[in-house]
Amino acid sequence: MSEKLEIQNKEIVVPGQVLAEGMGYVPGKGTYRDDKAVVAELMGIVTVDGKVIKIIPLRGKYMPKVRDRVIGRVIDVLMSGWRLDINCPYDAVLSMKDGSSEFIRRGADLTQYYALGEYVFCQVSNVTSQNLTDVTMRGQGLRKLEGGRIIEVNAQKIPRIIGKEGSMVMLIKKETNCQIYVGQNGRIWISGEPEKENIAVAAIRYIEENAHRKGVTDSVKALMEKLQ
Amino acid sequence: MSYDKRYDGRKPEELRPMSAKVGVIPNADGSAMFQVGNTVCYAAVYGPRELHPKFLQDPKKGILRVNYNMMPFSGHGDRVRPGRSRRSQEIALVIQNALLPVLDLSDYPKAVVDVFIELPQTDAGTRCAGIVAASMALAHAGLKMKELVSAVAVGKVGDSVVADLTYDEEAFEGEGGSTDMPMAILANSGTVSLLQMDGEINKEHLATSLDLAKKAAQQISDLQKKTLKEYYQ
Amino acid sequence: MKEHLLKSLKKGVRYDGRKLDEFRKVTVSYDVSKSAEGSAKVTFGGTHVLVGVKMGVETPYPDTPDRGNFMVNAELTPLSSNRFESGPPSIEAIELSRVVDRGIRESKAIDQKALCIKVAEKVWSVMVDVVTVNADGNLLDAAGLGALAALKVARFPKYENDIIDYMTHTDKKVPLVREPLPVTVFKIGEYLLVDPLPIEEQLADARLTITVTGDNTICALQKGGEVPLSSEDILSMTDIALKIAPELRKKL
Repeated sequence: MSEKLEIQNKEIVVPGQVLAEGMGYVPGKGTYRDDKAVVAELMGIVTVDGKVIKIIPLRGKYMPKVRDRVIGRVIDVLMSGWRLDINCPYDAVLSMKDGSSEFIRRGADLTQYYALGEYVFCQVSNVTSQNLTDVTMRGQGLRKLEGGRIIEVNAQKIPRIIGKEGSMVMLIKKETNCQIYVGQNGRIWISGEPEKENIAVAAIRYIEENAHRKGVTDSVKALMEKLQ
Repeated sequence: MSYDKRYDGRKPEELRPMSAKVGVIPNADGSAMFQVGNTVCYAAVYGPRELHPKFLQDPKKGILRVNYNMMPFSGHGDRVRPGRSRRSQEIALVIQNALLPVLDLSDYPKAVVDVFIELPQTDAGTRCAGIVAASMALAHAGLKMKELVSAVAVGKVGDSVVADLTYDEEAFEGEGGSTDMPMAILANSGTVSLLQMDGEINKEHLATSLDLAKKAAQQISDLQKKTLKEYYQ
Repeated sequence: MKEHLLKSLKKGVRYDGRKLDEFRKVTVSYDVSKSAEGSAKVTFGGTHVLVGVKMGVETPYPDTPDRGNFMVNAELTPLSSNRFESGPPSIEAIELSRVVDRGIRESKAIDQKALCIKVAEKVWSVMVDVVTVNADGNLLDAAGLGALAALKVARFPKYENDIIDYMTHTDKKVPLVREPLPVTVFKIGEYLLVDPLPIEEQLADARLTITVTGDNTICALQKGGEVPLSSEDILSMTDIALKIAPELRKKL
């Protein structure tokens, strides 16, 4: 039987859609083999890289990965650390020894560092097979997020909101003079002048909705200029 | 009195007019609306998220939990009392079983994916509409699925095998009565993940009904795919 | 978080760019459920509620033998937000339905005597159900507007020989003699605002629901939240509600 690609590169596909026929094609992420066919297992954008076919999801919950920088919210203060909600199906633990670059003495009042409901910009340091997740505050740029406001976006769109080497978020910061921290877990912290914050939020929402389209950078720029 | 002409003038294999939309509930992780004739259904997916109480958790994979509910004003007769009934719980269970074979929740041990189905107006076929909408909502939520699930009720009214029965057809009291058979179909494999029946049927009619359901499911499946893709146009 | 919101409100800027006394885009559409005697869909921005009116024939209460029955129920569905759970109605749902109910009941909006079929034997009952589809703040005002909208278009089903034919509706409308509409004003710090976003609702100190009829008579009040209100607060909140209600009424 001949081999045949049933889709075009960068097309949006849905679960169950046959992407290619033939054993020459290799099922990558988000796809599976059914007899001789490669079939979509996710809704997303299909990419064909040589013979490997994979799907980049368009939506979906954040799943923690080591080294990801995420925004966590303190939901419990424990004996020896904090429990954080990191906007995913599993909570994370920030232990006392990873809680700060300074030494935290045993028995210290942990709420003095991070109290219930407060947000922190932290880094995932370990994830087990059961998705038990550890985070740390030891690392450059990690900090408690005071003041400001938090918005939540589709976590799958975070790479587009950050942009190539941070170009998109840099553009928004420059145009709005806001401080912005983007967590891989779909949480974004913004702090600036009220009107400017609103412009930053509008720009982020625009990218979130149009990330799969072309020419987003230019239209975001135009949008922010219009709103100024 | 035989039933050779359908009340609403449809051909035996013809489905009622359908429409669908995804993303109708922005708060949800995935959502969809599906309308077939006068039956309207919303489905929302929340999760995967933490499952409480803990004893319900499965350490190997996430679990699927379906909730089916008719809005109080959606019934054909009196107001439907809010809250769970034996009927709504059984329907939720069969919908859950219809969707489970395609879902892969192995990445989410101990978590739950919740599906909420709500119907604002009904004219038969609600469990099938629920499956069609829920299936789109699960795909929209970005969950791993082998394929979409489509569903339709087929059956025998009088002596005719027909697809997508209305409430009036289910209530047909002429000779031969009415037999209603809701089915969920996995289009790729051609297998059946929901099958129930109310009424009587012989083997020939059963075979014809199965064939009819598969053809009907194909149309619904095409609409599901188109609807999902349209969301990103 | 709250200090940050207050800083923004101080400049008169809300998180979605609105002014403090400005509603989001309001839409009302009718006959969204063919199985109801009357129905409406209301949206305030991302908030989306459905309201349906069902009617039935019951025995009247012994103390009001010549009056029909009337009730409001609200379902804050888990479909509409991850804040809501399935199961018996939450206290939030109960309060919401009671406040909407009180506005209609206390203004005597429905002529309950006109619902009487035979004194002490048979009366019509009017049941209003509010169901949330997407909960994005200010559900109470959306429910109140939706209840009024659904009641305005509700028609009696055909009733003959003690049998209701729900498939056939007559031209007879529900006897609605006044049109109460709730408007809730929220207080955050020293600022008063309407139609809150979920974050504003969450950080609010207090709220006051002011239900007003078409001639701007106040017919029900409900204070919520943990912080007490001064007389000045209450009067300023009332002024805002009296200004907003006629605007909202135009959407009907």
